[in-house]
Amino acid sequence: MAAYHPPKIASHEITPESLFMSRRAFMGAAAGSLLLTSSAGAIAADLKASPSPFKVGEPLTPEKDVTNYNNFYEFGMGKGDPAANSGDFKPSPWTIKVDGMVAKPKEFGLDELMAMPLEERTYRMRCVEAWSMVIPWIGFPLAGLLDKVEPLGSAKYVAFETVVRPEQMPGQSGYFQPLAWPYVEGLRLDEARHPLTILSVGLYGKTLPNQNGAPVRLVVPWKYGFKGIKSIVKITLTEKEPPTTWNRSAPNEYGFYANVNPAVDHPRWSQATENRIGEGGFFGGSRRNTLPFNGYAEEVAGLYAGMDLVKNF
Amino acid sequence: MMIALPSLPRKYHSASVWALYIVGFIPAVSAFYLGATGQLPGNAIKEFEHLLGIWALRFLIATLCITPIRDLFGINWMRYRRALGLLAFWYVVMHFSTYMILDKYLDFASIIADIAKRPFITIGMAGFVMLVPLALTSNNWSIRRLGPRWNRLHKLVYVIAAAGALHFTMSVKVVGPEQMIYIALVAALLVWRLLRSRYNQWRRERARPSYGAAQ
Repeated sequence: MAAYHPPKIASHEITPESLFMSRRAFMGAAAGSLLLTSSAGAIAADLKASPSPFKVGEPLTPEKDVTNYNNFYEFGMGKGDPAANSGDFKPSPWTIKVDGMVAKPKEFGLDELMAMPLEERTYRMRCVEAWSMVIPWIGFPLAGLLDKVEPLGSAKYVAFETVVRPEQMPGQSGYFQPLAWPYVEGLRLDEARHPLTILSVGLYGKTLPNQNGAPVRLVVPWKYGFKGIKSIVKITLTEKEPPTTWNRSAPNEYGFYANVNPAVDHPRWSQATENRIGEGGFFGGSRRNTLPFNGYAEEVAGLYAGMDLVKNF
Repeated sequence: MMIALPSLPRKYHSASVWALYIVGFIPAVSAFYLGATGQLPGNAIKEFEHLLGIWALRFLIATLCITPIRDLFGINWMRYRRALGLLAFWYVVMHFSTYMILDKYLDFASIIADIAKRPFITIGMAGFVMLVPLALTSNNWSIRRLGPRWNRLHKLVYVIAAAGALHFTMSVKVVGPEQMIYIALVAALLVWRLLRSRYNQWRRERARPSYGAAQ
């Protein structure tokens, strides 16, 4: 069992709280003015969370980019489609069924999830498409939920499933559907129990917008973004490695592990560098080097000791 | 038989070609302005790169439409073909420059690796290389100079259009309706090249005045 070390953050990397808070006030005002002009359906409610030591010392990606540049094929394949097409989606009422190899299978209602100890965690998010963001999530460790159902000793993997609602999710209906539904994902149990792995119910101080996976989604910051399955309705503990949607769709391009790894290219592009979203136009940003395990190597590399990460991509 | 379209008076012909050049560059210029001023949403560089690529493919397809439009509808837009072809060429140049400069920051090692290792980029690059001689010979002097060889050389555009549609289709994570439409358009336009001589012959025979036939 690998020991867990909290992230080391150099003091110069920490944004002074007053600056951080004033920035959020500004973002709040900006978001408020946006809401007045937008026709998007569900309006995110304020959400309280305690601060946590998990904070990346890099500028946050603006909220408008976090909520308008999304891959959520249930609402369409374009980056702007989830924000444009998710207005009819109803994230409440909601339940997550947790079953499989557990002593106490249970269905969790949204209230129970929101009553978990919520923390704000600022993580890097690295998409497999070579772009990245820095997002202030609100959520709780997945381990906390798993503890409540008491996984059996024989359980080795955790399988996740997204809701199927063609009437509310336009990407799930019509002649052309890009993927087989439901969207499914999976983690090894030790990955699922790792302190960095959270179920998120909010971002930027509010409940999750529909386009970001309302009401509850997975966030595994050292893996490519597609592992972060959205709008979860089912979690199943299993003995065998569960199938995952992108791996089924293109097995040579997307593996089960999908750990962020600059040394292992996607067959169609290099993963050595990434483009940070929202850094302002053509000349505002720069290409950054992608970090092994997305910068969380110190915390998670031990999970994969002795494994061939080229083969297990 | 022929569609009656009010024909453009001859004196406006060359002005209309210049107008096409100007209109043709609007997508690139407006997207560049939005991107440079931070108004393109999300991943501005990729948005711009993809916009240039898709317009290059559209202009290639437009060039290939000129002949079938004349064959089928009797409308002669041949005077616009060079402009459409050169617009396609310039959009490919801008697409590739955006990839090289804005996207890859002139990291030539990585660019060369991309071209060598990734089939969709290899195919796109091959299309670009084939476009160069066509662009260089898209002038009256070259047509006179090359004679019948000019025609043979410019048949390369069929391969280039196929490469463009393939490059686009292979670049996406999931092949969707958009890619299928471009593939179908290019395929139909290329197939027309195989059928057109027979079709035109059939039409000429039908049009031959037989007795009593009304014109």
